[in-house]
Amino acid sequence: MRTIRIGSGAGYSGDRIEPAVELAERGDIQYLGFECLAERTIALAQGEKLKNPESGFDPLLEARMQAVLRPCAEKGIRIITNMGAANPQGAARVTAAVADRLGLRGLKIAAVSGDDVLDRVLRDGDYALLERPGTVASLGDSILSANAYMGAAGIVQALGGGADVVITGRVSDPALFLAPLIHEFGWEWDDWDRLGKGTVVGHVLECAGQVTGGYFADPGYKDVPDLARLGFPLAEAAEDGSAVLTKVEGSGGRITVATCKEQLMYELLDPASYLQPDVVADFSSVRFAETEPNRIAVSGGTGRERPDTLKVSVGYLDSYVGEGQISYAGAGAVARARLALEIVRERLKLTRVATTETRFELIGVDAVHKGGLCADPAEIPEVRIRVVGRTQSLAEAVRIGNEVESLYTNGPAGGGGAWKQARQVVAVVSTLIPQDKVAAAVSYEVT
Amino acid sequence: MKLRELAHARTGDKGDTSQISVIAFDPGDYAYLAEHVTADRVRAHFGEIVQGKVLRYELPGLGALNFVLEGALAGGVTRSLSLDAHGKCLSSVLLEMEVPERQ
Repeated sequence: MRTIRIGSGAGYSGDRIEPAVELAERGDIQYLGFECLAERTIALAQGEKLKNPESGFDPLLEARMQAVLRPCAEKGIRIITNMGAANPQGAARVTAAVADRLGLRGLKIAAVSGDDVLDRVLRDGDYALLERPGTVASLGDSILSANAYMGAAGIVQALGGGADVVITGRVSDPALFLAPLIHEFGWEWDDWDRLGKGTVVGHVLECAGQVTGGYFADPGYKDVPDLARLGFPLAEAAEDGSAVLTKVEGSGGRITVATCKEQLMYELLDPASYLQPDVVADFSSVRFAETEPNRIAVSGGTGRERPDTLKVSVGYLDSYVGEGQISYAGAGAVARARLALEIVRERLKLTRVATTETRFELIGVDAVHKGGLCADPAEIPEVRIRVVGRTQSLAEAVRIGNEVESLYTNGPAGGGGAWKQARQVVAVVSTLIPQDKVAAAVSYEVT
Repeated sequence: MKLRELAHARTGDKGDTSQISVIAFDPGDYAYLAEHVTADRVRAHFGEIVQGKVLRYELPGLGALNFVLEGALAGGVTRSLSLDAHGKCLSSVLLEMEVPERQ
């Protein structure tokens, strides 16, 4: 049975770059995918694009392309990525410029757009929000962006058009890896079983190092070798939708049945209904088997007819957040830290800083787990207070951090390492849009 | 004994929902986990962190349970005031849960 090898070169925007180069040079792959677009990133990128029409794509695009374009071009590896963010065409132009600088001629770079549905959701009336009452239109002037999670169709079209590099805006993450399977094997768009199986492969690849030992190690329980040189995964995917997951020989990390199970279930709600633009995937029958060290066979998984709607992420200006932290150590550290929290609480009242939500917590005691895990916090040798609050203005947010910082000279003994921050919050809510209102558009740059 | 002795776990997030897999090291322990790590016990373990429902999905073929904790992320990654806005640490917190000694 025919197979293709697909590597995963990034699991998030700021991910390490060398593992992708390693995959390109030594992975014997035909495709290299980079998933780099978090939920709110596209809203922030939209803001950048408004300031400068040539920006609005992933900040590491140029560095990643500089690192991988040559080995990929030399070996005929096709790159697929969502690094286009709010500006896939701009990202394609920058990639073409990098190729020019590297002297790579005849490279075809596709930009896949169509995900930006802001005008439509504002114009067409009632798009109800999924997380809370209200419609998209009710967000008013605070709205920044609305992008639909598109499926694999645009990427498949670009691959059919001969693209060496495909750069998208918002598409579902697994679609970056499902698309080359559809293209290579000619899967039908209603072959729900294979589309479901291909989604399994895409889902376990999309977070890169998270399936090869990253986000996994727990010394003494789950040991992973050489995480500083973690190798990123690749799938040897077959025409029938089955696959073997592995990584470049000699790279760091390890891929096991356990790492694969953790990643299969990552961000999964109902395992029998993983909603995707192209299919409703069912992971409940997926099985993993180690055929030799660092080679895991994936079988099972299926799918049902795709949903009628696509999820749309709507970015909007939500509020402001101010935060301050300061540390205490040695005998009585926790008692002094608690006193510090009380002082800041009272100061925010006295100076009438209006907040709609606050947290007063001790990092090292109860910041992550309310109630705390520690039997006797009095014995903790060092602790850091954290005060954070939501406000309606930046000026008020700034005052929260200031009240923590001024503990230096006005608070308990021995407070050190004060840190403060105030920022505007761009948040994301969702709505649904009928599939037939969203269509991918593909354009090309040729070097 | 701690759940950590029998299972490993990973947290994911979707909006304001935290999702935590609990996977038996030994698939033979799956039935034991299914008996003792119930949605109600998980809800009690996390206390005030979880504002909404706790759902449990069973994956016997993988020897795993999937917990879906609604309203556990203080409004979701993009607006949460939590130090760990993604709730990445919650899997390790769950593994602190006490289960009866395995005979």
